[in-house]
Amino acid sequence: MAGSNNINITPPRWLLAELSYKCPLQCPYCSNPLDYAKYTEELSTDDWKRVLSQARNMGAVQLGFSGGEPLTRQDLPELVAFARELGYYTNLITSGYGLTEDKIITLKQAGLDHIQVSIQASSQELNDHIAGTETFLQKQEVAGLVKKHGYPMVLCVVLHRQNIHQMPQILSMAEKLGADYLELANTQYYGWAHLNRDALLPTREQFLIAEKIAQSFKETVAGKMKIYYVVPDFYEDRPKACMNGWGSTFLTIAPDGLALPCHSARELPGLDCPNVKDFSVEQIWNESKAFNFFRGDDWMQEPCRSCDEKHKDFGGCRCQAYLLNGDMFSTDPVCSKSSQRYRIDEAIETASELALSAGEKPLVFRNSKNSKLFNI
Amino acid sequence: MTINPDQLIHFSALHRLQWEEAQQKYVILYPEGMVELNQSSAEILKLCDGSRDLSAIVAELEEKFAANDLTNDILNFLNVALQHGWIEQH
Repeated sequence: MAGSNNINITPPRWLLAELSYKCPLQCPYCSNPLDYAKYTEELSTDDWKRVLSQARNMGAVQLGFSGGEPLTRQDLPELVAFARELGYYTNLITSGYGLTEDKIITLKQAGLDHIQVSIQASSQELNDHIAGTETFLQKQEVAGLVKKHGYPMVLCVVLHRQNIHQMPQILSMAEKLGADYLELANTQYYGWAHLNRDALLPTREQFLIAEKIAQSFKETVAGKMKIYYVVPDFYEDRPKACMNGWGSTFLTIAPDGLALPCHSARELPGLDCPNVKDFSVEQIWNESKAFNFFRGDDWMQEPCRSCDEKHKDFGGCRCQAYLLNGDMFSTDPVCSKSSQRYRIDEAIETASELALSAGEKPLVFRNSKNSKLFNI
Repeated sequence: MTINPDQLIHFSALHRLQWEEAQQKYVILYPEGMVELNQSSAEILKLCDGSRDLSAIVAELEEKFAANDLTNDILNFLNVALQHGWIEQH
């Protein structure tokens, strides 16, 4: 594997196990790659167990079972039990689709620590439209069952222009369902969300109104419900500290075994991301070209290189720099110090114009048929 | 929300307290999050198992560390822990 380096490497703490790209939902902001349909191969149960053991030995402790829809894997309870035995805190990140009470009980017995259920909107009509599947009523029921069986209940709502006006209703829904945590995740524009950005990006005014409502709700429910608020970086003037720094904390394993420093990194050119079928997690984390690519700050260009905030945000997101600037080494265009900031401002302006016009762009839903259009 | 000295103190059912070999420290785990604990915080939280109230925890730690006057430090930390939802009284 590629070279050595002098950077002090910290061990992984978070392992995101994307068990499958299969998903019964079709959310148009999905973070999976556009061409996911071509990766049909999935790791075996034994492959996953080996990965879980190796990452745990290095110090990974938070484990997310994600996808796609992780419930499509029949060996999920077996993997949960294995992971729990190793001492992971196990998170199931699910659409709730197909999650029966029997499965909830089985997973509890296997040692699952927490279930995060996504809901697409506060009304059935909009939820089912965005999800591309009739799921609203089942999700409500699942949320109740998660509580009933003693799991911490995390409700996740991804926010964008199609649902951000429902903020007050979303908050009261979370309260009614008894959520212990509410994740209000402003859409991050990668994968399908990038493709659908013109129809998803809220206007500045919509965002500010929603944020104010969420902020005051946060104070009201303090002590009862915790709010995780994922900021919309387009409306910030400094980039997010993406992944807490490249190769510092997060390890994503895609369904086919590709090891990624973040879940979008598959899109970046020339990283040669390694596969867990060929290398151990330790080799991948410490020695691979991909995981060392943006470690430290030697790779930085100006204005990052001489910036006194570079150790705070690590230059922002590499995938966003690549997607928007066409240069993965450049400063995240969100940063007001970037000469490319105009790209963000133009995106905001375009989205605002479309929001005010009658001619909204149709959403491209995340499904195999659409994915195959990108399968070149 | 503050500690009631007359009630037993339980560790939260929605959190997990765990020794992490790789980090050589105790951590609190919860949905998508982790708090790393220093030794004294960990010693206090380990005793929050629903069988002790404030004075029992203080007595046990004062004996263990051959110290006295730990009440204020322990109470301050327990109040913080209560506000974070790491412990509960019911």
